[in-house]
Amino acid sequence: MLSQTKQLIPVLAVQCQQQRGMANLKAIGLRLKSVKNIQKITQSMKMVSAAKYARAERDLKAARPLGNAAQSFYEKAEVAAESKDAPKELYIAMTSDRGLAGAVHTSICKTIRAELAEKANTDNIKIVCVGDKSRAFFQRWNRNNILMVGSEIGRLPPQFGDASKVANAILTSGYEFDSGKMLYNKYNSVVSYTTTTIPIFSQETVSNADKISVYDSLDADVIQSYMEYSLASLIYYAMKEGACSEQSSRMTAMDNSSKNAGEMIDKLTITFNRTRQAVITGELIEIISGAAAL
Amino acid sequence: MAFRTAASFARRMMSTSTVRSSEMSFTFGGPNAIFYSGASVKQVDVPSFSGAFGILPNHVPTLAVLKPGVVTVYEEDGSTKKFFVSSGSVSINEDASVQILAEEAHKVEDIDAAAARDLVAKAQAKVAATSDEVAKAEAMIELEVGEALVAASA
Repeated sequence: MLSQTKQLIPVLAVQCQQQRGMANLKAIGLRLKSVKNIQKITQSMKMVSAAKYARAERDLKAARPLGNAAQSFYEKAEVAAESKDAPKELYIAMTSDRGLAGAVHTSICKTIRAELAEKANTDNIKIVCVGDKSRAFFQRWNRNNILMVGSEIGRLPPQFGDASKVANAILTSGYEFDSGKMLYNKYNSVVSYTTTTIPIFSQETVSNADKISVYDSLDADVIQSYMEYSLASLIYYAMKEGACSEQSSRMTAMDNSSKNAGEMIDKLTITFNRTRQAVITGELIEIISGAAAL
Repeated sequence: MAFRTAASFARRMMSTSTVRSSEMSFTFGGPNAIFYSGASVKQVDVPSFSGAFGILPNHVPTLAVLKPGVVTVYEEDGSTKKFFVSSGSVSINEDASVQILAEEAHKVEDIDAAAARDLVAKAQAKVAATSDEVAKAEAMIELEVGEALVAASA
């Protein structure tokens, strides 16, 4: 009887190991399937981003001269924000609603947060969040500083109408700012973009600029109309640059993701095969030892 | 004699401004298309709310708001090109660079006259129908653009 139990125990042990092996096999198989799915998804996202990026880059080529032209007046008239004691400031964060795009949104939001942290008093600073990603960020850190939020950005390529809506909302918000900054991601190449700032001036600052007297026949109406239109132009330009940077960054991120998933699949497949062979070997041992017992 | 005139010619050319060239760096376009970017042209006629005026190289610096109408560009080789603009802004800077940023800019050849007349009729109906100030103002703007379109395509 003892000898029988002695023979039983190895069989039992092998059975337990076999069950453990099976459980592991199923778990690894499940994981393998899920990582393969993820790889398919990220690959298709990369294709979609590549198509959108091609279009965004074309649009950007057309929009860059506009952006430079809109900025050139402020540069050439040497408009500079005068230093006040407690200037009312405005930050415009050009992000979008959609994630999985690398560091595009966080780089803008972190830059703004760092600037806010440097200032002693943040009561006079308001942030316009264009895109839900920046809203989510600032709601955690600077909830009181959010002036307004723009949603439904990033699904379709930006049009001038969208930019003029944002400009209109800022101008009619009732917040009289002395100086402002618009942060966006300037597109350099497929793999790189830079977080850049465009200064936004108030009408008063422009009227007090050094070289404004050089300009002929200007009255307040003309300056106001010009500034409103140039704000819309600048926002449009920033949206176009931001869209291009976002799509290229998403393309890179999804490509990296697919590569990593591929590596994981290779490793998991090896483990899976090894486990499978171990299970088969265990079954064989069980059969043989069972046959030997007879 | 020739030597003296050459000297006086040289003296006349010197000016006190920073940049003086006989060209302007002309940028003209809208979100839909860019027609000129840093090009050099002879003259540009623009319709603005403070009156239509022509811009030659080294025009005095100024800002202006565009009215719906036709921008005529006289190029270096003598040819003229006409573009319809709906609205926008004009800036002429000290260094003789000109930027015309239009909300929409199209070549006049591309305008469909029948569709323009349609637009005018619809806008007129809207102006008559609405009593709300803002809507009425928007309808009148539509009417202005439509009438300018019809005039441009004629």
